[in-house]
Amino acid sequence: MTPRLEALGIDKRFGATHALREASLVIAPGEVHALIGENGAGKSTLMKVLSGACHPDAGELRLDGKAIRLRNPLEARAQGIAMIYQELNLAPDLSIAENVLLGVEPNRWGWIDRKQRDARTQAALDVLGVGELAPDRPVGGLTIAEKQLVEIARALAGDPRVVIMDEPTSSLTSEETAKLFAVIRELRRQGVSVIYISHFLEECQDIADRYTVVRDGQVAGSGSMQDATMDELVALMVGREVRDIYALPTRTPGEPLLKVSALSGRDRPTDVSFTLRAGEIFGLAGLVGAGRTETLRVLFGLDHKQGGQVEHHDLRRCQPKQCLDAGIGMLSENRKEEGLVLERSVADNLTLSDYQSVSRWGWIREGALRQAATRWISELAVKADGPDQPIRALSGGNQQKIAIGRLLHHGVDVLLLDEPTRGIDVASKQQVYQRIGQLAQEGKGIVFVSSYLPELLGVCDTIGVMRRGRLIAVKPTHEWTEHDIMLQATGAQRSLSESH
Amino acid sequence: MMNVIPWRSIKQLLEPFIGLIVVLALLGFSGESSTLFAGSTWNLLLVQTVVIALGAMGMTLVIISGGIDLSAGSVVALTSVVGAKLILAGWPLPLVILACILVGGATGLISGMLIAGLRIVPFIVTLGMMGIARGVAKWLANNQTVSYSGKYGHDHPIGTLLERTDFKHFFPLPPGVWATIILAIFMVLVLRKSIFGRHVFAIGSNEDTARLCGIRVRLKKMMIYAIAGLFFGLAGLMQLSRLDLGDPTASVGLELEIIAAVVIGGASLSGGTGSILGSMIGALIISVLKLGATIKGWENYAQEIIVGIVIIVAVCVDRLKAGASRSD
Repeated sequence: MTPRLEALGIDKRFGATHALREASLVIAPGEVHALIGENGAGKSTLMKVLSGACHPDAGELRLDGKAIRLRNPLEARAQGIAMIYQELNLAPDLSIAENVLLGVEPNRWGWIDRKQRDARTQAALDVLGVGELAPDRPVGGLTIAEKQLVEIARALAGDPRVVIMDEPTSSLTSEETAKLFAVIRELRRQGVSVIYISHFLEECQDIADRYTVVRDGQVAGSGSMQDATMDELVALMVGREVRDIYALPTRTPGEPLLKVSALSGRDRPTDVSFTLRAGEIFGLAGLVGAGRTETLRVLFGLDHKQGGQVEHHDLRRCQPKQCLDAGIGMLSENRKEEGLVLERSVADNLTLSDYQSVSRWGWIREGALRQAATRWISELAVKADGPDQPIRALSGGNQQKIAIGRLLHHGVDVLLLDEPTRGIDVASKQQVYQRIGQLAQEGKGIVFVSSYLPELLGVCDTIGVMRRGRLIAVKPTHEWTEHDIMLQATGAQRSLSESH
Repeated sequence: MMNVIPWRSIKQLLEPFIGLIVVLALLGFSGESSTLFAGSTWNLLLVQTVVIALGAMGMTLVIISGGIDLSAGSVVALTSVVGAKLILAGWPLPLVILACILVGGATGLISGMLIAGLRIVPFIVTLGMMGIARGVAKWLANNQTVSYSGKYGHDHPIGTLLERTDFKHFFPLPPGVWATIILAIFMVLVLRKSIFGRHVFAIGSNEDTARLCGIRVRLKKMMIYAIAGLFFGLAGLMQLSRLDLGDPTASVGLELEIIAAVVIGGASLSGGTGSILGSMIGALIISVLKLGATIKGWENYAQEIIVGIVIIVAVCVDRLKAGASRSD
């Protein structure tokens, strides 16, 4: 059988970086192929080559046995290769139908054929099992999961032969993930090949037929997913055995450090109370939209506080400046849009919240600034050329270390961490876990929001579950199982107890 | 230590600087007249640049923070009228200077409060302020120029601010030019070396991050527009000194020349980039073009077309450069 898509001996250099070294990828028709690798391994570059966003220096692409050249993403789409990016690319003010057929609007002499447009959109939505979404709804009001389905509908509207999905589940709840998987299986049934990129190995094992692991721009291995164990995949990814990825808690939390009572925001959270003790890692679990992020944002003063109290040292008002002055720091879940100033240097990003520490009379002492930055770069094992390098040039994991480093440099004793390991590679994750464990050892209090239950169970002392804006259950970690947390988070628990 | 020399900022300045040289060369060699390079012409050039340069200092701050201020030209007209009225009323010079600067600062503060407090986009607020300041200027001046030469003759001390000086003089520049140079150096330091300056860059690059890092974004924005207003007020004072009268209908479109100077100097209207030195070179380029055109006796329209082309070329070069650095 002719493979659907072949990439043979792809080579690509960016300046001094050899991003891809003779990487090859073979996808059969109607297969789900997991592409696995740490950040910076070369997955994204390979995908950009396949989707026409980037030209290889050497190598060949074949679609159904025919050699093709892709000059830009539009050509790739015309050939039947559709890419769904991790960052959603939708125009929020346009309707679902307008987004789905953006750039390929059915028209007559330039005038849009609305009937056909809506019909084609509806057909694509029906395939995805979300026929109830009205094609004329503006995309801006949709949930992240719905937006993602619109992206997929857009891909489907072009009758694709290959669909590439980059980290499609990073913002989805497990329920939404299950729905997405049903969609992927439907695509497979229709003979569409799917290239599935994800950090979540469990998911890849669930959905993929075959896998290819990329490491350092080369293919480290590929094969049938059924024959591969998790350990083997991880070993291929990192080139070494990874054990004890989580820093197991061996601490006894001390005095209460932060007391939150009846905290409410405009929409979420509602009436959230908890106490964070020194040396405690407090995990917040819940589905996307349960109000975990909002709890942190209201606490830190980024969102409006409707009611409730936050007690911490001499904190007077929930405002970012007051919180930081009192020693509460927050890590944004949205590293690129909120967490960092991408245009600025590593040093600036590290000291942004606390220039005072490297200045005198309002004037920055360049030497002190660089010294502080250099110290954190080595302390946190950040891979960077130096304090002056623009932070944009760093990989996701290293950017995240800098974002956390800013809190450390500020010397806060309460860290509100929102999805600190989102979108970073396994090795960096491990370093983040270790650092968080170490901070707890030093007596700092940490609120850890995550959608990835194994890491919450592996890192936290206490876990609270949120549902619909409320904190509904708080227990020590050893009393939780993944299953219990999901029951609480999805509300299944309540219906069970009600039926008793 | 390689890092002691700010290579990156030197590279940024290189392009507007080359632009300036090209403009000078074109004007200088394209005709028989070498008056452009005469010392007295330089003096005139600097004097003419002062108004744009002072405005550009404030505008650079605003544009780096991601905003825009369209009221600059009207505020210059307003403060020149206020200054002329106060001179007529017999105020001493230091008070007149202070009052002009403060009037400018007040307009900026009002704009800043509306922008930060009510979260209205700067374009709209300052468009409104542009009309208001112009209207108030005409109202105060009774729709005519305010002249104090009838009362004081042409030797009121304010004239000395930008008085043409003898080139053989040891410091052959009028005090207004010196003040501009000193302020420019100070603003370079503020933007590069002060916490406030870094905060301005941070707000312009990513306001959300600035908020997350405890920067009081709204307060800083008010300060930015107020400071810009102070500079526009000072520019108005210089305008008054140059024209020797307060003209409520003068400086129409000056804000666009100022914005052009800042953009030619390498700033991006989406915020986060820009430099005072670049803006100063941009201001010089605009003045050289205007003066050169005058010396060569070109029509006003030719001058406007050329300034327009220069702005577009400068931004195109910037874009091409940004595109080139992004793709590798």
